[in-house]
Amino acid sequence: MFETAIIVFREVLEAALLIGIVAAATRSVPGSRFWLASGLLTGLAGAALIAAFTDTIGSLASGIGQELFNAVILGFAVLMLMWHNIWMASHGAEMAASARMVGGDIRDGRSECSALLIIVSLAVLREGSETVLFLYGIAATDGGGRSAMLSGGLVGMLLGIATGYAIYAGLLRIPMRWFFGVTGVLVLLLAAGMASQVAHFLIQADLLPSLAAPLWDTSTSLPEDALPGMLLRSLIGYDSRPAGMQLIFYIAVLAVTYLGMRLAASKRRHRIEQ
Amino acid sequence: MKHLILLLALLPLRALAADADFILTIKDHRFLPSEMRVPAGKKIKLQVINQDVTPEEFESHALNREKVIAGHGSTAIFIGPLEAGRYQFMGEFHEATAQGVIIAQ
Repeated sequence: MFETAIIVFREVLEAALLIGIVAAATRSVPGSRFWLASGLLTGLAGAALIAAFTDTIGSLASGIGQELFNAVILGFAVLMLMWHNIWMASHGAEMAASARMVGGDIRDGRSECSALLIIVSLAVLREGSETVLFLYGIAATDGGGRSAMLSGGLVGMLLGIATGYAIYAGLLRIPMRWFFGVTGVLVLLLAAGMASQVAHFLIQADLLPSLAAPLWDTSTSLPEDALPGMLLRSLIGYDSRPAGMQLIFYIAVLAVTYLGMRLAASKRRHRIEQ
Repeated sequence: MKHLILLLALLPLRALAADADFILTIKDHRFLPSEMRVPAGKKIKLQVINQDVTPEEFESHALNREKVIAGHGSTAIFIGPLEAGRYQFMGEFHEATAQGVIIAQ
């Protein structure tokens, strides 16, 4: 039961942390709660669907369908997170400062909300489908201990959700003047970590060269299957044995998003000055 | 994203060839063979065949690989080129029994 709990926890953690951070970062966006919940439900439905079609997806593109699928899903999520951060850099502070909003902001708020829906549903879709498969595997196995393992799965899921909620609640306690900075950095690191996973899947599919693999090896000092490594992996994309290409993707996303945020923030200043 | 589209477009042109092919079978939540010797310094294509009804996830931190294999499914995993050494892998969904090691030499 304990092992089952750990496995499910590991699968749920990444999506739960992402939702916690995104929920906190968008708390001032009108209607964001509704869109987060819709994203969650869409993602869960999608996860079940993906799990059912694992074999079909896997056999696409001469056996590398799964890698391509993961890379595309993650790639979209990265783009949405980048866009979210740039959008927040240009509107977030204003929205927090004034409850009253002009028409344009509301319209922008709507497109921000659909980005939220997509980010959350993609995260749940990907992580959820593996959980569904795992639990299905247990349910399909006969023999004793099945109910114990299923309840272990439930415990793991609840622990994962609790961790996501903890980071959400923790972020809300941050004073307003640091809040956007902190959540912005967290979302930025999430996006970069996912970009590194995109590279990882494309290398696994043999579509990209790995460029020095592994670049470093910290698997003995900070292993990914222990809690600190697990958390760092979900939060900042930590990899104990990354390929050089993963680092390139990571840094590229950091740099592009940072520049986009700077640009958006300076445009906002111009707008306010006028 | 642009790169991804480009890659997808190039896919039919890209020969998915490895230097060496190896077959790994999953049966009763165990890997066969559980110890696999492969040449070092070469790109290797692992053909993983799952004979169980239940899905399994091939996972190896040492090889930096993770991939789900459906029940009664099969899939290809590209690894390497590897330096000489031992690389542990496991089936994440049945960690207690599904353990194996790749020895590159």
